[in-house]
Amino acid sequence: MSALAHTAATVLAATDYTAAEAKGIAGASSAGFAYGLAAIGPGIGIGYLVGQAVQAMARQPESAGQVQTTMFLGIAFTEALALIGFVVFILLKFV
Amino acid sequence: MNIRIEGPSPAMQVAVDLARKSVWLIPVVVIISAAFWGIDGVLSSLYALAIVVVNFLLAAYMLAVTGRISAAVMAAAALFGFLLRLGLIFLAVLLVRNTQWIELLPFGITLISTHLALLFWEMRYVSATLAFPGLKPQATPNPYLPSSESSDSVPSNLSPSASAPDSYDNRGLSAPKG
Repeated sequence: MSALAHTAATVLAATDYTAAEAKGIAGASSAGFAYGLAAIGPGIGIGYLVGQAVQAMARQPESAGQVQTTMFLGIAFTEALALIGFVVFILLKFV
Repeated sequence: MNIRIEGPSPAMQVAVDLARKSVWLIPVVVIISAAFWGIDGVLSSLYALAIVVVNFLLAAYMLAVTGRISAAVMAAAALFGFLLRLGLIFLAVLLVRNTQWIELLPFGITLISTHLALLFWEMRYVSATLAFPGLKPQATPNPYLPSSESSDSVPSNLSPSASAPDSYDNRGLSAPKG
């Protein structure tokens, strides 16, 4: 990560960006990183959750409705993490 | 894998109940947003609350529709639905970000806080048992059962002496010992 920051600083120093423009570029790239990284964790979590839920339905089909309720709430809770990343993204990018 | 979820979807039942509960959050959101950000903050917060509710309803609808097909399709809908709904939320923000009334800070705060608050609130009402896979059954008062309230609230024709003519006391019998 420090190499990335060093490269970005070198590129910015080689060009004629003003401080405000450099700050904007850094903010945009940080926002992109934040959004991308924030979507990875919930994606893995929802994938694991749904896989286990389908396995539970296959083992006990009579409890499929119960599992669906639990799965829905689990997805919603996991999605809150992605929403936090999204809010950080829009605050960094648009404010 | 041909597992289907027949009948009314419990996820949809939970989502509709979440949407119903979100009505109670409107005054709270309006008061807090108006105190800190004014009318623009109120509009932004209400927009965020609407996004949260539509997000819940859309997620449950996709699970309900695809659950009637098969569990594998439901899994695919849950995974790709996550991406789809994130994209829709992003699009909803992009559409309004240049308008005059949008305030992104109250929008973001409301988006996260109402999402989590509704979920934690709903957890108290979720049953998730075999008998009731969605919400807990609502307790309806039974007028024939004695309650902890005073006997004045019970109608005279439903009082214990009138409604239970075959009780031990009315027949002059005593309750069995032991």
